Amino acid sequence: MSAVVSPIREPLILGGKTYHQMTEDICAPTEKTPSKAWMVAFVLAVTLLGVYVFSVVWTIWVGIGSWNLNRTINWAWDITNFVWWVGIGHAGTLISAILLLFRQKWRTGVNRAAEAMTIFAVVCAGQFPIIHMGRVWFAIFIFPYPNTRGPLWVNFNSPLLWDVFAISTYFTVSLLFWYTGLVPDLATVRDRAKGLRQKLYNIACFGWTGSAKHWQRWESLSLILAGLATPLVLSVHTIVSFDFATSVIPGWHTTIFPPYFVAGAIFSGFAMVQTLMLIARKVLNLKEYITLEHVETMNKVILLTGSMVGVAYLTELFIAWYSGYIYEQFAFYNRVMGPYFWAYIGMMSCNVLVPQLFWSKKLRRSVQWTWFLAVYVNIGMWFERFVIIETSLVRGYLPSSWSYYSPTWVEVGLFVGSLGLFSTLFLIFTRLAPVIALAEVKAILKSSGDQYIGENAKPHGDDH
Amino acid sequence: MENQNTEVLFGLYDDETDLLSAIEVANKEHLDIMDVYTPFPVHGLDPLLGLEESRLHQAGFIYGAIGALFGFSFMTWVFVRDWPTIFGGKPYWSVPAFIPITFELTVLFASIGMVVTFYTVCGLGPGVVNPILDTRITDDKFCIAFDATDMDEDGVDKIKSFLSSTGASEVNTKTI
Repeated sequence: MSAVVSPIREPLILGGKTYHQMTEDICAPTEKTPSKAWMVAFVLAVTLLGVYVFSVVWTIWVGIGSWNLNRTINWAWDITNFVWWVGIGHAGTLISAILLLFRQKWRTGVNRAAEAMTIFAVVCAGQFPIIHMGRVWFAIFIFPYPNTRGPLWVNFNSPLLWDVFAISTYFTVSLLFWYTGLVPDLATVRDRAKGLRQKLYNIACFGWTGSAKHWQRWESLSLILAGLATPLVLSVHTIVSFDFATSVIPGWHTTIFPPYFVAGAIFSGFAMVQTLMLIARKVLNLKEYITLEHVETMNKVILLTGSMVGVAYLTELFIAWYSGYIYEQFAFYNRVMGPYFWAYIGMMSCNVLVPQLFWSKKLRRSVQWTWFLAVYVNIGMWFERFVIIETSLVRGYLPSSWSYYSPTWVEVGLFVGSLGLFSTLFLIFTRLAPVIALAEVKAILKSSGDQYIGENAKPHGDDH
Repeated sequence: MENQNTEVLFGLYDDETDLLSAIEVANKEHLDIMDVYTPFPVHGLDPLLGLEESRLHQAGFIYGAIGALFGFSFMTWVFVRDWPTIFGGKPYWSVPAFIPITFELTVLFASIGMVVTFYTVCGLGPGVVNPILDTRITDDKFCIAFDATDMDEDGVDKIKSFLSSTGASEVNTKTI
């Protein structure tokens, strides 16, 4: 096609693929008997999911008293997990929406799986506020609907309610965006299948035909959904940060929170994409579609957002000192030197120092290094939320209320178990749908395949 | 869908560049193309087929506007008329606090509305069974289809020679 490609661009599809080979490679994981590696991973994931279900049932049966919350620390691991999971859910929409608007071709290799992670991460995130309600069957009270209690309405001025709207809108829009992108690829799977499988995939792909007019509308729809999802994804973590920023607790009451949280969300989201995709590309044999170029590009995003987060940490410290406000100064002194100093060290080292290693091109292009550093980032971002939430609560305005918090086994079980929920959903997804956006990768083959550009390109007389 | 049988004459091409040049030839010869099917969106196809730009974005704007108006006026009605409450000494009609939810509902209405519209106007949905000319169209074949129901033999021959002369790797007919 006539797209002009810079000669220094690296190819994004290796192995001199034809369209048919791409279909074969990318549909293969949905058609073959699962590999041993997949089976082992699935058993582990379901085991963790069992831990999760048990902890949830225990929490609801015994009550919130089974957690170690007290009057000073009224939310802890639950809100930490919530913010952590929502943050992880930001990379998918960033890759698929913002990079679509910026016309970044490399997004096609990873957008499908990253969006799936978004949806599954939001599923995990959404559970925690609901479980924390204790009487989960009253969760419907958070929605404004005509009721027999007055009708008594929810408080539209409350950031917690904004959160309800933000998260549920984000989940819905991500799901629609993801599924609409999936429809043509499910049709590909349908057309390779026979019998019942074909019928089921025909239901799943809505009877897609590939007509030119449908493709035109489909592209139009994708572009506008991307345009809508872009401010949406920025708004979601902004609103999550309002949960804290609009309060008057020193350490939370900060105007820097929205951009700081959004940068952190993208940072942790990309780290999770790296953690899972580096394994998936090996297990599912997709190394020619998720290349080192993809890995390196994502590492650059991690480096950038990690540095932004680092600047935010230092800005917070500086402003706390510069404000001259003793409560703010104490909150930050306590954050660094207080009872949770170890969490602060964990956050600083994992989020600020470790990603700086990505200045080295060699490490950016090393799969092992990337994976380990990405795991560090995931841990660091969990610590960040824990630090912000806990250190601000344990040492409040009233010294008589100072307290300390450590989780019970139920809270640990909920967190570890939610990893199982996430992994189970992701593993099932890799069996049901193509993990790479097949149609979109085919569309960039002529401009990004290694037989057309890069060192090994074959000269094409008529292409110039 | 199955009211009347349509006889479809179609050619399969192996590459999108062949497809695009074939459509140019078809336009010169004034052949009446029924539809074109491709495995992925081929850029440059719409102007050749004379497809007008989709109006989905206009629909999206309308849905979004409805969402914004609905969200904002609902919160206004609740807090000004139905159950006025003072929060933090602010006025009942505390506009800045309504902005986040108004924004979220704008996006929500626009997205849901557009997606529903997209599937409705395309005639796609769960349980829809559309005729498939060739299963390789979603894999690696690019298809130009002609309606041959009322065509005489000369017409059919003309289309067939057009398809093979423009590089179609296969020419088939199918009744749908």
